[in-house]
Amino acid sequence: MEVGGYEHVVVLQNIKVVDGDLVETLKKIPRGTLPGDFLDAIVVGMDMLIKKYSSTNKGKKRLCLITNGLSPIKDPYEGSKEDQVNAIAQQMTSHGMKLESVVVRESVVLDENVSVMEENDRILNLFPKRTCAKMVFVESSTSLLGALKTRSISPVTIFRGDLEISPKLKIKVWVYKKTSEEKFPTLKKYSDKAPSTDKFASHEVKVDFEYKSVEDANKVVPPEQRIKGYQYGPQVVPISADEWDAVKFKPEKSVKVLGFTDSSNIMRHHYMKDVNIFIADPGDQNAILAVSALARAMKEMHKVAILRCVWRQGQGNVVVGALTPNVSDNDHVPDSFYFNVLPFAEDVREFQFPSFSNLPASLLPDEEQQEAADNFVKMLDLAPSDKEEMLQPDFTPNPVLERFYNYLELKSKHPDAAVPPLDKTLKRITEPDPELLAKKKSAIDSLLRHFEVKQNPKLKKSMKRMREKPSGSDEEDNYRRITSKNKVDLIENGVKVEKIGDLTPVQDFELMMSRRDNPEWINRAITEMKNKIHDLIEDSIEGDNYPKALDLLVALRKGCILEQEPKQFNDFLHQLCKFCLEHDLRSFCDFLASKGITLISKTEAVDSDVTEEEARNYLVKREAKPE
Amino acid sequence: MELDPDDVFRDDEDDPENEALRQRASSKELVVYLVDASPKMFSTNCPSEQEDQKDESHFRIAISCILESLKTQIINRSYDEVAVCFFNTREKKNLQDLNSVFVFNVADREFLDRPTAKFIKELSRLEEFFVKEIGSQHGIVSGSRENSLYNALWVAQALLRKGSAKTADKRILIFTDEDDPFGNIKGGAKADMTRTTLQRVKDAQDLGISIELLPLSQLDREFNVSLFYADLIGLQGEDLAQFVPAAGERMEDMKYQLRKRMFKKRIVRKLTFSVANGVSIEVHTYAFIRPTVLGSITWLDSVTNQPIKIERSFICADTGALMQEPPKHFQTYKNQNVKFSVEELSEIKRVSTGQLRLLGFKPLSCLKDYHNLRPSTFIFPSDEEVIGSTRIFIALHRSMIRLNRFAVAFYGTSSHSQLVALVAQEEIIDSGGQVEPPGMHMICLPYSDDIRHAEELHSGTNAAIPRANEDQIKKAAALIKRIDLKDFSVYQFANPGLQRHYAILQALALEEDDLPEIKDETVPDEEGLARPGVVKAIEEFKLSVYGDKYDESDNAGHKKVSEASKKRKALADGAVQKSAQYNWDALADSGKLKDLTVVELKFYLSAHDLPVSGKKEDLVKRILTHMGK
Repeated sequence: MEVGGYEHVVVLQNIKVVDGDLVETLKKIPRGTLPGDFLDAIVVGMDMLIKKYSSTNKGKKRLCLITNGLSPIKDPYEGSKEDQVNAIAQQMTSHGMKLESVVVRESVVLDENVSVMEENDRILNLFPKRTCAKMVFVESSTSLLGALKTRSISPVTIFRGDLEISPKLKIKVWVYKKTSEEKFPTLKKYSDKAPSTDKFASHEVKVDFEYKSVEDANKVVPPEQRIKGYQYGPQVVPISADEWDAVKFKPEKSVKVLGFTDSSNIMRHHYMKDVNIFIADPGDQNAILAVSALARAMKEMHKVAILRCVWRQGQGNVVVGALTPNVSDNDHVPDSFYFNVLPFAEDVREFQFPSFSNLPASLLPDEEQQEAADNFVKMLDLAPSDKEEMLQPDFTPNPVLERFYNYLELKSKHPDAAVPPLDKTLKRITEPDPELLAKKKSAIDSLLRHFEVKQNPKLKKSMKRMREKPSGSDEEDNYRRITSKNKVDLIENGVKVEKIGDLTPVQDFELMMSRRDNPEWINRAITEMKNKIHDLIEDSIEGDNYPKALDLLVALRKGCILEQEPKQFNDFLHQLCKFCLEHDLRSFCDFLASKGITLISKTEAVDSDVTEEEARNYLVKREAKPE
Repeated sequence: MELDPDDVFRDDEDDPENEALRQRASSKELVVYLVDASPKMFSTNCPSEQEDQKDESHFRIAISCILESLKTQIINRSYDEVAVCFFNTREKKNLQDLNSVFVFNVADREFLDRPTAKFIKELSRLEEFFVKEIGSQHGIVSGSRENSLYNALWVAQALLRKGSAKTADKRILIFTDEDDPFGNIKGGAKADMTRTTLQRVKDAQDLGISIELLPLSQLDREFNVSLFYADLIGLQGEDLAQFVPAAGERMEDMKYQLRKRMFKKRIVRKLTFSVANGVSIEVHTYAFIRPTVLGSITWLDSVTNQPIKIERSFICADTGALMQEPPKHFQTYKNQNVKFSVEELSEIKRVSTGQLRLLGFKPLSCLKDYHNLRPSTFIFPSDEEVIGSTRIFIALHRSMIRLNRFAVAFYGTSSHSQLVALVAQEEIIDSGGQVEPPGMHMICLPYSDDIRHAEELHSGTNAAIPRANEDQIKKAAALIKRIDLKDFSVYQFANPGLQRHYAILQALALEEDDLPEIKDETVPDEEGLARPGVVKAIEEFKLSVYGDKYDESDNAGHKKVSEASKKRKALADGAVQKSAQYNWDALADSGKLKDLTVVELKFYLSAHDLPVSGKKEDLVKRILTHMGK
């Protein structure tokens, strides 16, 4: 429904607990190309929160704005845009609301939009100054996925008390976790023992432990009769818990500074664990100042503090670590410290390695090679100055977790669905960005030209694993091929075999595309079809396979239009032509053009971003290009 | 399976990499310490570290080094086997019955065996009985054909016959201050002895035994390796010049040297590092820094002290039937149980085909202090399987150092995968040898799922957060300058918890009555902090930041606490009043306590200052116990 007065703002779903329906609704999100006013959207969102919760739930209400920030915002009826932002911000503050803005800019903004963009960014940037708001820019779908916080963990302090610099100077601090590994969820074990008619069966499995004497398997030892044996060399020393408690190391709860030292004395690789953050007690203004003064001084002087920490009473060990300054550039966020655990003497193993300079010259790079490497390192830049840093940890989601939750959703609808291949967005995390590789091809080629790598012939072992597909191949497809093969194997062991055979490939393909038990079939059918076409062309002698390949291509095109997958086909056709041109198979492109094969245009499939004219001209244009 | 909920080091969760390391550790190390016991080792003294202590003999230094390393070894890698063997002794004790060689041992232990508490204990008491039972005597005298060094090497080699060369690293470590063992022999006899000894060494090396030398220099004269030992341990050219560290006579250096040699490099994994477009090189990973955890715990039957085994059984919660380990797992999602097979779960986790895949480079400033999750892993190239690996690796390494960049890569195994930073480390050498080897450190980067934003939690909405002004920062800087740890090194502290643990174990294992005192090296230097200069800097900082209100602000904290406790007290008062409305005795006697609600039960508990946690049954039980029923 459209909300009165606010143009182009649609409430898709009122606030409710997240459920399967919402997921479905979201998939049908209305799409349009009309400009939208994000201030309107914020007002509507804020209004919804206020109507539902009025001023309760302070601090737990969150608005998340996702925008490209490229549509101009209207001038308000009265006052300036700033006034409007101020009014909104004030409302938000009084209702204890937080605003998170994610600005998505995948491509470089063109000239006429620059001024709008700058104005919008300025407006959006006003929020963090006026209220509790945060703004991030992302440039890829991968980062967008990482920027959206799905699970918010309410942070718990692991320590509240004094940061003791000397017995005479204690600063009140709170310590939280800054990083903590989000583990793969622990699934429950499933029992199929309950009769299928039992609707209330929990299907859970209880795990019982029984302690038995090693000598006599029938003798059960009651739990209270057990005693812990500690290993000391080959000996096992039995010590009861009481005995142990009486003698064990019992440091007092405290966090003390041992001293400050040059940050160069601490190596980055000495950090041992996940990271803590020290914040001054938020109620103690002087403590905030003290932390701020120390942090800023430490930063200026390149110093770190060495700490000895006992987080809680009764903890059996102490932790020694380095406190590094974290100076905040946001007026609303206090200065703080990061704390990293350092190793004890026992934890460090010192191994000797040969100096690189002492290695024989045959193992060392010469000047030209060094230059090629320098260039390679410079060019393969993930943080170019004119763009957002790629793969920034703060915006990079865990691909395994993402994949699990996607699969969970899929399985809830299709219990027999196979694990889909890794999403393209997530593949930007596990594999090099093909776009970057393509852009910096010369630097990569030069590196490869300058260095030679070969298997050690003396080793008989088949070292297949060292060899990936030779360069020039589309790595992504390669990967897909591997996984789809594996999957077929998996299915072979299980239920049914589904693949495109050599006899009736078109029929097989159509059958696969029409399977509805799992949307993944479509992807697999398309992938298999692509591979088939590719193989046919590659293996053809004087174009003998071309008609067959054409049949398949026509079928694939039809399938992609039917299933609204124009991009898959268009990308493939681009790729195919490129491949043909590179491998002296231009005749195939000509053949396709003569048979009237075109890209899928917008008129055939709405999702396509190719106009009819472009589509028609694609192969023709190729032809015209002198190669 | 968490068997030990109150394990003091529980923080250290199982790290898959650690797991791999432990498995690798099944290949053990066999070491023979050959200690020269000639009179000279006792007569020459070294200035000791502390001035007030007596100078120490070389012999004592050697023994205390060995003791130190044995103590570390028994903690870290107790499956390794050691023998301590003296040469140039009066008495002899060895299987070959050779003269002037004495293999030190204790009961219930083979000559070459895992170190035990008793072994360490006896070795530490060595001086008490050395003269009587072993004795020192020159083993190589002119005129006799005896060659104690030759004998010692023979004995050591025979001891190391145990175990196959494939699964064990075999080493002989020689401690001596005699740089020219055959110096007092003249003519052909000398050449002859030199030749046979070197031949002996060569035979040992052919059997896969490595021989290392820990030379002890004289005060006035440095240990001259080139006289004899260079040939023995195969030193040449530059290595020779670097070999004897300048300060080799210092005990600390000696310990440091030994510690380094104690840990033989162990490859954790051999990895394929895919650089670009299908070109992959070979690298090996090493675990440099890993938290040392307490040795494994064995559950014992307290009556018999015999180990007990744990049997796991699976019981269906619905039917109570005993079952096999179920092949499926499930997650409740949208009110339904979504089932996963083990294969499906492992397929989800398998997101990468390569092992270590380069994604690109970033400036070092992009690597923040909070980008860390677990200990780093060291990587070093190898041409073993892929020729040319080292060259590319070194080229990239140098470029990364020169351009101040680190590499971002994806490290995926079938079960675990992670985005990692590869930070190039330049070699660092000081007088004691290599401090940091050249190579790259692989640092696990967190995902956005792993990063929390606690600092934004308290971000005020209206008032800006206070920031320190110039003066306050200046005072802080002065303070930092005062409390400076100049030569801080991460290697300097022993883990007091661990040291205490093992000291207690050792004491109990040896049935000693006194528990040893362990010095906690991690406590701050109170004396240093009380120095006037430091106190002055602290006071100035306090004045600048807190004004004259430092003590008040300290109290403010207490006031807040007292406010909370006031609240608690008010609650308790309310509970007392409410509690008085019930006839608890009667309720308890008639067994009607369980008919009350939990809220009602809590009135009693809070009124009597008892804990209010737990299930209803627990609450009832607690009340009955308190009433003495």
